[in-house]
Amino acid sequence: MILLWLIIIPFLGGLLAWRSSSVNSVLPRWISLAALALDFILIIALWVQPGFVLSPPGGLMQAGGGMWIAEGNWKWVPQLGISLHLALDGLSLLLLMLTVFLGFTAVASSWTEIQERVGFFHLNLMWVLTGIIGVFLSLDLFIFYFFWELMLIPMYFLIALWGHEGRFYASVKFFIFTQVSGLLMLIAILGLYFIHGRDTGVYTFDYLQLLGASLPPAAEFWLMLGFFIAFAVKLPVVPVHTWLPDAHTEAPTAGSVVLAGLLLKTGAYGLLRFVIPLFPRAAFEFTPVAFVLAVIGIIYGAVLAFAQTDLKRLVAYTSVSHMGFVLLGIFAWNEIALQGAVMQIICHGVATGALFILAGSLQERMHTREMSRMGGLWAAVPRMGGLALFFALAALGLPGMGNFIGEFLVMLGTFRVSAAAAVIAAAGVITATVYALWMIQRVFHGPVGFKGEIPDFKGRETFTLAVMVIIIIWLGLYPRAVFTTAKPALDNLQKAVTVTETAGKQIHDGR
Amino acid sequence: MATVPMEYGLILAGVLFALGLIGVLVRRNIIFILMSIEIMLNSAGLAFIVAGYRWAQPDGQVMYFFILAMAATEVSVGLALTLMFYNRHKTLDSDAAGRMNG
Amino acid sequence: MFELLWLIPALPFAGFLILAPAGSKLARPLTALIGVGSVGLSAALAFAIGIGFAVSPPPGYAYSQVLWTWVSVSGFRPEIAFYLDALSLTMILVVAFVGFLIHLYSSEFMADEEGYSRFFAYMNLFVGSMLTLVLADNLLLLYLGWEGVGLCSYLLIGFWYKDPYNGYAARKAFVVTRTGDTAFSVGLFLLFTSLGTLQIQELMQRAVQQWGAGNGVAVAAAALLLGGALGKSAQLPLQTWLPDAMAGPTPVSALIHAATMVTAGVYLIARTHVLFALAPPVQAAVAIIGAATLLLAGFSALTQRDIKRVLAYSTISQIGYMFLALGVGAWSAAIFHFMTHAFFKALLFLGAGTVIISLHHEHDMFRMGGLRKQLPVTFWTFLIGALSLSALPLVTAGYYSKDLILLETWESPAGSPLLWAAGVAGALLTALYTFRMVFLTFFGEAKGTADRTPGIKMTIPLVVLAVLSVAGGFMEMPASLGNVHVFTDFMHTALPPVRSLPVLPGADLMLEIDAALAPLAGIILAYIFFLYRPRYAERLLNTTPGKLLHRFWFSGWGFDRVYDRFVVRPFLWFAGVDKDDFIDLPYSGLIRISRMINGALIRTQTGRVRWYAMGIVIGAVLALSVVVFR
Repeated sequence: MILLWLIIIPFLGGLLAWRSSSVNSVLPRWISLAALALDFILIIALWVQPGFVLSPPGGLMQAGGGMWIAEGNWKWVPQLGISLHLALDGLSLLLLMLTVFLGFTAVASSWTEIQERVGFFHLNLMWVLTGIIGVFLSLDLFIFYFFWELMLIPMYFLIALWGHEGRFYASVKFFIFTQVSGLLMLIAILGLYFIHGRDTGVYTFDYLQLLGASLPPAAEFWLMLGFFIAFAVKLPVVPVHTWLPDAHTEAPTAGSVVLAGLLLKTGAYGLLRFVIPLFPRAAFEFTPVAFVLAVIGIIYGAVLAFAQTDLKRLVAYTSVSHMGFVLLGIFAWNEIALQGAVMQIICHGVATGALFILAGSLQERMHTREMSRMGGLWAAVPRMGGLALFFALAALGLPGMGNFIGEFLVMLGTFRVSAAAAVIAAAGVITATVYALWMIQRVFHGPVGFKGEIPDFKGRETFTLAVMVIIIIWLGLYPRAVFTTAKPALDNLQKAVTVTETAGKQIHDGR
Repeated sequence: MATVPMEYGLILAGVLFALGLIGVLVRRNIIFILMSIEIMLNSAGLAFIVAGYRWAQPDGQVMYFFILAMAATEVSVGLALTLMFYNRHKTLDSDAAGRMNG
Repeated sequence: MFELLWLIPALPFAGFLILAPAGSKLARPLTALIGVGSVGLSAALAFAIGIGFAVSPPPGYAYSQVLWTWVSVSGFRPEIAFYLDALSLTMILVVAFVGFLIHLYSSEFMADEEGYSRFFAYMNLFVGSMLTLVLADNLLLLYLGWEGVGLCSYLLIGFWYKDPYNGYAARKAFVVTRTGDTAFSVGLFLLFTSLGTLQIQELMQRAVQQWGAGNGVAVAAAALLLGGALGKSAQLPLQTWLPDAMAGPTPVSALIHAATMVTAGVYLIARTHVLFALAPPVQAAVAIIGAATLLLAGFSALTQRDIKRVLAYSTISQIGYMFLALGVGAWSAAIFHFMTHAFFKALLFLGAGTVIISLHHEHDMFRMGGLRKQLPVTFWTFLIGALSLSALPLVTAGYYSKDLILLETWESPAGSPLLWAAGVAGALLTALYTFRMVFLTFFGEAKGTADRTPGIKMTIPLVVLAVLSVAGGFMEMPASLGNVHVFTDFMHTALPPVRSLPVLPGADLMLEIDAALAPLAGIILAYIFFLYRPRYAERLLNTTPGKLLHRFWFSGWGFDRVYDRFVVRPFLWFAGVDKDDFIDLPYSGLIRISRMINGALIRTQTGRVRWYAMGIVIGAVLALSVVVFR
């Protein structure tokens, strides 16, 4: 039941924030914060639940097995095998914490930026978060698809209503890309539903029941591809990434933070939770392709980030590069690489979110994102400069910060599977250095290029970013909490794959 | 009783329909367009009656009642719209209402 | 006593943590107190631990301290742990002590600068990272320190951030060294994947057990680590960043780009010497790269006008000596040269800094001259440093360390007379360019007036370093001269001695005399060319080959140009043309096509009822004709 509340609270919080805007324009902000705080308390309560962190439940991949921290299963449309099946394991838990944390920063970063339709803004923001939380909790493919689509519409409004100059183009592009790819996933979901139903007589959308499904190889490949494309667009993987720079650049700060920090992660989560466990053999045959796409993404994203002159666009392209590491880690599919991918997901969310907040604050102050019109800002805003430097260093993977742990583990784990992929990915670290330093140079160093007063960060912004700094350092030096939380979940995923694989093999050998 | 061959009836209906259609296409005055539509509806009704007579079935005449009812409503709504139209544009030229172009 | 080991790197980090967020609000004296004091305490603690180590050495001459497990994932368990043995002890003593002196010097040198606290924050971060690097118990923690010092190097080269050239130099330093670091990190992947640990001692044991000499994986791993070392230590072909790194404040050049960080590559190879011994081709490459670098950099140093660039090329050249020593297996000799080099090179840089600041940031040696009288303390200490760098026989530390390297290059089975000859030629070059610098700067007629004499905080480090540049050598003397082996004996608890080939009796002495004559010859040549008869030098320069060579050496053998042409420009070109992302083109094309169709369809919507009716008629006719005529 607690899981249902996790979804309901931000949903109701959004509604309340919307209605309250008629009273006062600050009230929606506080209501949103309160809803998030309530959610956060629930998540922390789940996390520190006795016995979880210390003794990871072993457990089979069966409904009601010991693998979930919390689970709830309500019948919805039993005739069609649809149920409201929610469950939480360590992986979802980490992502939920990230979601709520970035939710806080998103509200905080729009405190002064958003002054129009404040209530409706917070309604949209909270509903995006609701959709994301739902995605991270759903174990029923139908419900998963529902939440997947639920994320899009409020996000579309966030970009289209509160975005910058090119917001219309960007929001439509974002919507079409994700919608079309989502439809491919829907087709794949239905395909899986009918094939599984035909073979076993049980028509169900339940993830756990579909998990062991043995499919004809060709069907498995096409279904896998449907899911993969949907998640690849979100991640994003290189040939389908072009919605991202536009959407990130044009979105308001909170939108960029949620997009980069969370929406991209739903793609990674989908790959981890669905693509590989449901279609292990097809996914493993697909691994070389995924590796090639990943390393191209790492290098190409970094080079294009360097090429940009728009600050937010630069940061947007760095996401393409960093999510390449996540893709690499997921498809390497060993514990080191997977832990690295999870770490990278979290740290990228925090660090890139912080960079977007910085870029947004600069835009709010200077009314431009063009880096050629900045320069030498360090003298005026040393605090912003220091923080930007910190997060730029996190982006280039400096040891001692969480991003390094993520990237290093991904590459270390990948090296066993494909040395070439790991080496090229490592070369991507050089290009990351180039763009990160170039960004700092053009914005904060060099001769002063901006006339006029720019106020430095005040308490609210400094506090938000200081918390993010602490998280990045904490995860860089003492990341154990993340590993122990994610480990049982990752073990279970790996176990599920082995089970599915051997079952599939037996059936196919038997034929 | 000398019967009129069905073909004659159908040809008459066809001619009437063509006249109405041409009226709709070439006239710009809304009143005339409505009248032309009326002619087309009645030509269709005629075709029903002729066909019903040919097969000795009452269905054709039943259908004519439907058409009659529909034509009546159409004319009443159409005339109401025409009045509104005239109020707004001070003309009955249908081309004056071209604001819904792409 | 040893339990306090963690405090040695932690103290400078603490200084950084105080200064970075709050520094601009603190008063300058307090900033200096925190900045200098944290490193000073660290140095004092290092001394105390060093004495403890010498008096009652821990079992096996090694002590390790585990703070916490950093990462623990499926067998990959690097720890935050420190490892103290003779090698790391020597390193921390030098780093902390020289670091302290340079901090002290900076507190006066930087007194008039904006960003005083920022400077000390970065410097503290640097010292902390460097100490972490040398104390690290596993390669991942070493990598953390390694990248940390690279970062500080970047931050401090670009300290005066308003000048874009400084930013360029800083980025170049970071990117070039990171290129090497990438090889290093791939080396870590390879080592962990094949040996299952990154803990250095365990790694070395397992390497010996699993791999024979010349094993392919061992060679690959050693080559990858070497890549990292080449970048950080500015050896061929990744040396190009160091001369530009002189854009930073002079104390930074002294600390980072001469005394400590750039020798990290030497430390890395010495630390993983077992691996390099298992990979003879790589070790030979180390020696050859060292020899080539020391000569190339020596020639370049000879042609520079900027006093700091002379010192920068000289640093590259001296690290070439250390690489030469490592390449022939003379591990202790390399570390000995590291130590003496840290003393005299820091001294020379600080002296140069004093000169530069007293002449209002003048770097060009040809606009100096005659400073001997105006800055006497600086002159004498600088002269001592220069003599030590030139390896003046018998009385300087530089002589003993360089002599040890040359001797072992000859004697070691991995060495060869050719490498030895390169070393001796390099010694001559060293003396030549060093005294060119001394004569141009301090002798001749005065071209500017020094109106700022160094205060006490700048003088003390100069004097202390000058003393060490002489006395530091006496702890190690060859058999023919006193036969003192304090340093190598101590070092052999951590690093194996050279397996010398039997040398003909008396050959020792011959070698030493050769090695002693080269610097003397260099000094005399410098005297002739740059003080006694400068016309000779000018005449030589005015010949065509002289001009060409001068330009070629001045530009550092054209490396920058090659990289610019083949790496930087293609990258910039691609970034320039692909700014708007080729991959977006098909999608934009799709958009354009749908727009076109949309435009065509819009035309059909005229808004005229008759037009629509006509459309209905045509549609109906078409549909009927399909039914009828099919």
